[in-house]
Amino acid sequence: MTTATTAISVSGLVKSFGRTRALDGLDLHVGTGEVHGFLGPNGAGKSTTIRVLLGLLRADTGQATVLGGDPWRDAVQLHRRLAYVPGDVELWPNLTGGEAIDLLSRLRGGLDKSRRDELIERFDLDPTKKGRTYSKGNRQKVAIVAALASDAELLLLDEPTAGLDPLMEVIFQDVILQARAAGKTVLLSSHILAQVEKLCDRVSIVRLGQVVQSGTLSEMRHLTRTAIEAETERPVTGLESLPGVHDVQHADGRVRFAVDGAHLDGAMRKLLESGVRSLLSHPPTLEELMLRHYGDVLGANGANGATRAGADGAKPVPETSATSAVSATSEASDSSEAQR
Amino acid sequence: MSAATATKTAIPPSGGGLSRESHPLAGTGTLLRFNLRRDRVRLPVWIGALFLGTLSTLSSTVSQYPEAEDRRSAAGSLDSPAGLAMTGPGHYLDDYNYGSMLSHQMLGFMAVLVGLMSVLIVARHTRTEEETGRAELVRATVVGRHAHLTAALVTAALANLALGLLIAVGVGGQGTEGVNWGGSLLYGAVHTMAGLVFAAVAAITVQISQYARGASGMALAVIGVAYALRAAGDVGNGVLSWLSPIGWAQRTYPYVDDRWWPVLLGLALAAVATVVAYRLSTLRDVGGSLRATRLGSPVASAALTRPIGFALRLHRGMLAGFGAGLLLMGVMYGSILGDAEEMIEDVDELREAVEKIGGATIAESFASTVMIVIAVVAAVYVVMATLRPQSEETAGRAEPLLATGLSRTCWVASHLAVAMGGGVAILFLTGLGFGISGAVATGDGGLFLDLLIAPLAYAPALWVTAGITVTLFGWLPRITAVAWIVPVYAFLVGYLGQILDFPDWLNNLSPFGHVAKLPAEAMEWTPALILTALAAALVALGLAGFRRRDLETK
Repeated sequence: MTTATTAISVSGLVKSFGRTRALDGLDLHVGTGEVHGFLGPNGAGKSTTIRVLLGLLRADTGQATVLGGDPWRDAVQLHRRLAYVPGDVELWPNLTGGEAIDLLSRLRGGLDKSRRDELIERFDLDPTKKGRTYSKGNRQKVAIVAALASDAELLLLDEPTAGLDPLMEVIFQDVILQARAAGKTVLLSSHILAQVEKLCDRVSIVRLGQVVQSGTLSEMRHLTRTAIEAETERPVTGLESLPGVHDVQHADGRVRFAVDGAHLDGAMRKLLESGVRSLLSHPPTLEELMLRHYGDVLGANGANGATRAGADGAKPVPETSATSAVSATSEASDSSEAQR
Repeated sequence: MSAATATKTAIPPSGGGLSRESHPLAGTGTLLRFNLRRDRVRLPVWIGALFLGTLSTLSSTVSQYPEAEDRRSAAGSLDSPAGLAMTGPGHYLDDYNYGSMLSHQMLGFMAVLVGLMSVLIVARHTRTEEETGRAELVRATVVGRHAHLTAALVTAALANLALGLLIAVGVGGQGTEGVNWGGSLLYGAVHTMAGLVFAAVAAITVQISQYARGASGMALAVIGVAYALRAAGDVGNGVLSWLSPIGWAQRTYPYVDDRWWPVLLGLALAAVATVVAYRLSTLRDVGGSLRATRLGSPVASAALTRPIGFALRLHRGMLAGFGAGLLLMGVMYGSILGDAEEMIEDVDELREAVEKIGGATIAESFASTVMIVIAVVAAVYVVMATLRPQSEETAGRAEPLLATGLSRTCWVASHLAVAMGGGVAILFLTGLGFGISGAVATGDGGLFLDLLIAPLAYAPALWVTAGITVTLFGWLPRITAVAWIVPVYAFLVGYLGQILDFPDWLNNLSPFGHVAKLPAEAMEWTPALILTALAAALVALGLAGFRRRDLETK
């Protein structure tokens, strides 16, 4: 855990606002050069974490290190090496977008003029308009351009594309991939799961001020069940008795089941014995990973998918492989394993 | 359109006629109740404070001037240019009973406060709503085009009616000698009239400026000009006073002549201004202004991207406004100096009053007396400017700035530099106007330098004001409004205290009470240096507080 390989290291962070405990012992590790997804619903503590990392808020207890420095004590020195995009950008009503970009990037310590112009061009931003005339999406663009136009090592992005149109979303992803290729570290808080799946090397899921799961997407998938649907020459027998296999159903010469990542190998051998004609394997989507941690919240609110996710393991017939993965992973043992 | 269509509520929307839902005033009643609910603390506090202020002034007058002889001597001491500029027209002095004393000394001052209340009510319920985007949300429901403005004006009118009624009943019910019911009714009505006029003025300015701050600033400038006109008119031949609604208010002469017709003049002006406001509001978009937003520079100048340059850019509008306003005020006060000189030649008794300040000419003593007004207006600027970082913070605009290489100290210090330096610049401009017009009016070139320098003596008091404000901002950001006590208190004891003869210790509580009264007195450096050191300590304290607290985030 030296500073050369760790860009952000946070442990046991606690922050309360009056009686609300926004962060409740949060741990987070972001390696240098990685794009780290920061997921969680509204109010989970993502923005608070980022503001602590920026030294805008002071944590009650816990350790935080950013680029080898203390985010509160060394705020100004660190800010020269990082850039920030808030989720809700407020601009000065009588300053133009171009002026705001120059102001923010020069105060950060430098502006790459050609990079700035290129970004303005790519994001199709009119820099001559006054702050108050910009729409929400255009205000976000101003902050994104300002953050990327200066040569920062670390980008802290708090739902940066909220309000951007899908075309701009594509450009944003492209720009972030460029930043990753240039060796920059990115902490990306987002609700857009497709964005996170495409961009992020590792992901941390926050809930109620704590990180409940952290790892690479493939690691996370490994910890979860994969849904399998196969058509075999002969009926498959004995699958039910294999360890780690759940929800087995037979219909029309097809078999459907969910299998724990660690026992995939055994289940596949069993299938092969019966002669596989076709095979569909469906790794859990990020959405399913998220639902797994929030299923009970949705269930309490009476949401549809959550009733299944929160079920006690009795086996309603899964309509799709996706739901089976969700319902199968609701047991407590699994999540504690995932927390490591 | 309104009366005819309001009755056609039975026509279904498909019928083609204007249903109640599409009436321009639809929803006004609901909005009015909503306004009153939002202001359920604010309005009673305003009205209660103004009402109690009036009653306590009346009772303190009674205890301070028990005999007719005392009142005559009070009239004598106010019968000077400085006295008349600070109070009202000299006609009141002819029969100086408790009623006419109250009207003479309080009406001009109360008209300003009632105007301030009305302007803030109207701006708050119209332009602030648009600026924050809340109006958009409300206007998307069944709410007519004119509902917001109407509800705001009715809110202001109700507040002013309540205040007028309360004052009429409260003052009339005291049974004080010389305070009869007829005069009290007029005295209360004059307050309502002044409030309605300035509410209507604010209804116009909120159409012009896109920002509530700018709109109220413009309306407050109108109040300031109205006050300055009446002050100049009352010292001179009275013509200028007739250009000012505050002058009309004072020329009703409650308890002296009980003239009602100037009240009608005020109501007519309020009606005309209201009609203009409605016309202007139809010419613009929701959230927009009468002036189209222009495009600006695509790149920032080098100066803008330095902290101090950026702070100046944010402050420049307000600084220019206050600078221009005080320059005019200086010119206005300077122009009265000539009258002052003439007056002393005519009236022997005045020499006595002047000798209270000792060794100074009448022009110098007059200048010293009005200097506190200039200092208080500059202090209002200093408090507003020092609170600017807080409005940036709560609007969420400080967050991206402080996430750059800009330190917290540097950010607040840049705003403080503009506030404290700007305050001094404003004092200088006032002195310039005062000096030039004073020297011209009296024909005494030597006065120019004296009057130019005199306001600057208040600079250390302004810095202490900024220090108190920034200390609140650093340590107790929720109650920064407390900083307003400084200029309000300075005005009460410094200005009214001169009329009402407050004890010295009250004056010593204000930083402004320790400033040498130039040009009548000589400069005293010790208190100035102590105030400066105190200001520096307060600034350091405030910055330390801001460095250690959480940033307020959205």
